[in-house]
Amino acid sequence: MKLHEYQSKQIFARYGIPIPKGKVAATASEARVIADELGSRVVIKSQVLVGGRGKAGGIRLAKNSSEAEDLAAQILTMEIKGLPVRKVLVDEAANIEHEIYFGITNDRAARKPVMMASAAGGVEIEEVARLTPEKIFKVHIDPLLGLRDYQTRDIAAGIDLPREHWKTFGTIARGLWQAYVDCDATLAEINPLVITADNRLLAVDGKMLLDDNALFLHPDLSEMRDLDVEADSEIEARKYGLSFIKLDGNIGCMVNGAGLAMTTMDIIKLFGGEPANFLDIGGGASSDKVAAALRIILADPNVKAILLNVFGGITRCDEVARGILDALSEINTKVPMVVRLVGTNADEGREILANANMITAVTLVDAAKKAVAVANGELVQ
Amino acid sequence: MSILIDHRTRLLVQGITGKEGEFHTQAMLDYGTNVVAGVTPGKGGEWVFNGKIPVFDSVKLAVEATGANASVIFVPARFAVDAIFEAADAGLPLIVCITEGVPVQAMMRVRSYLDQKGTRLVGPNCPGLLTPGQCKVGIIPGDIAIPGNVGVVSRSGTLTYEVLYALKLLGMGVSTCVGIGGDPINGTSFLDTLALFEKDPQTEKVVLIGEIGGSDEEKAADYIAQNMSKPVAAFIAGQSAPPGKRMGHAGAIVEGGSGLAADKIKALESAGVKVAKHPEEIPTLF
Repeated sequence: MKLHEYQSKQIFARYGIPIPKGKVAATASEARVIADELGSRVVIKSQVLVGGRGKAGGIRLAKNSSEAEDLAAQILTMEIKGLPVRKVLVDEAANIEHEIYFGITNDRAARKPVMMASAAGGVEIEEVARLTPEKIFKVHIDPLLGLRDYQTRDIAAGIDLPREHWKTFGTIARGLWQAYVDCDATLAEINPLVITADNRLLAVDGKMLLDDNALFLHPDLSEMRDLDVEADSEIEARKYGLSFIKLDGNIGCMVNGAGLAMTTMDIIKLFGGEPANFLDIGGGASSDKVAAALRIILADPNVKAILLNVFGGITRCDEVARGILDALSEINTKVPMVVRLVGTNADEGREILANANMITAVTLVDAAKKAVAVANGELVQ
Repeated sequence: MSILIDHRTRLLVQGITGKEGEFHTQAMLDYGTNVVAGVTPGKGGEWVFNGKIPVFDSVKLAVEATGANASVIFVPARFAVDAIFEAADAGLPLIVCITEGVPVQAMMRVRSYLDQKGTRLVGPNCPGLLTPGQCKVGIIPGDIAIPGNVGVVSRSGTLTYEVLYALKLLGMGVSTCVGIGGDPINGTSFLDTLALFEKDPQTEKVVLIGEIGGSDEEKAADYIAQNMSKPVAAFIAGQSAPPGKRMGHAGAIVEGGSGLAADKIKALESAGVKVAKHPEEIPTLF
């Protein structure tokens, strides 16, 4: 789960990381009031969960409060990469002398957190990593020991930070580490951390990604979720404990297990079709879950065929079949279905669906080919 | 022979009285697995499965009383991390965690601790292990594989069943199937499992089933190129997955241009691994 810049910076501030004075506004007039309170040049920053806000014109500098109001009005009507701007952050503008990148993330390969810093801040760290990896200084942290003070000094020295800033930098590093741990983040990033003209360190931008698996430990953070980044169908699916991702194709997929669900998409593509979604109904899926899944797939008008692929293990094929019948009794659909049931209670499942006018398949290849043919109108039920 | 589990495995089930634990313990017993004990804090002293299996309050007590040498964990995510630490502290050499949804930072702490103790963890978020004809630890359906000489290692669950079933249909048997799980940080890696298969005399060839996210497949490819004498066939799921989206498994995500299926396939192919276009093709590649 992604947090907005303003949410991330508010968390950072609680851990002693210096951030600019500022507040969030949902309207242009609110932005004006905030700019008046700050009484200085301000930055109006769109709060949307995508990168490249600056390039899209979503971050603007205002000399005074009336300019702040005008710019906020413009930005609040924008869409950036398909996401509506609903809030702007109005921050006191900093006089920037130097920009540093500073972040912590999970290093999957090392199986440890890694703290990274670079004197080349302000640009996307992926770019720096690709073009000039030697400019990123990395320190791995033992998750049982936590960040040690000597490591913060190593990082400060590693990016040639002037010694007069080491003490403050240590405070910021410890704060960032603790925020990352306490929130179960997968990324906590300050980009840029700036040295201002009056020689202070200041986190002018912030970003946090949280571990979805850990949200049950953090109900307060879960509430910060911005639903704009998800399709309505994805939100609906989550209610039923289904893992669903909307795609652009026309073959709806209903599968048990994430790996098999990905494979089903891949094999549809291999035989010339386009999947309309990723959908994992999970292990031991009950019939009401299956019915919900079918409704969500059929809500997409692009869907011309559905491929149901279930390899019964914990999931029982008869239970899935009953869910399909339940759903079909509620929804009147002409979308043809290709069904492949293998494993636990597959025979019973097939029997339940025998009169439901569906195309059956035995192998995965057979099922994919049939689904593609049906979607193209080449095979009729 | 086989790897990790066989007829000598004395299995303990953590969470044996829960819904999942009870259901799968029955399936493991039906398969012939020697389940010697269960642990559910607060239910110590009870006997379950028609009085055949004793329940203990702690793993330590269960190990002392029954000589269990492996544990399988079915407890909910909220309690899974503690269950792993408890099993490790009781000295069990093999812990298999089926539970899905374990927080990543907690798993990094678990890994750091287990590495120091030398305990082997398989999972979490995995289907477990199956040594056909001898022992099943976890949730892999027993009837879809027969004993044989193919070692199978996979990050997935049902996709693994597909492959086991495809092998069975062609009369090809399996030495051991290891589901290492779909989380970004797990216990046993592809590389660890490949090393065990390379040493195992019963295993003559290996199937590796990977997916998008991380770089474990690339590391496996390096290992195969340098250390493996046995032929390896592979399948990588997620070629059609959009970037930046988590495909069901917590670890199945293409981030910042890394973790792509195409890169993994390329790495494996340059290590001499035959990569299948779809899972049913795998048995034909040997």
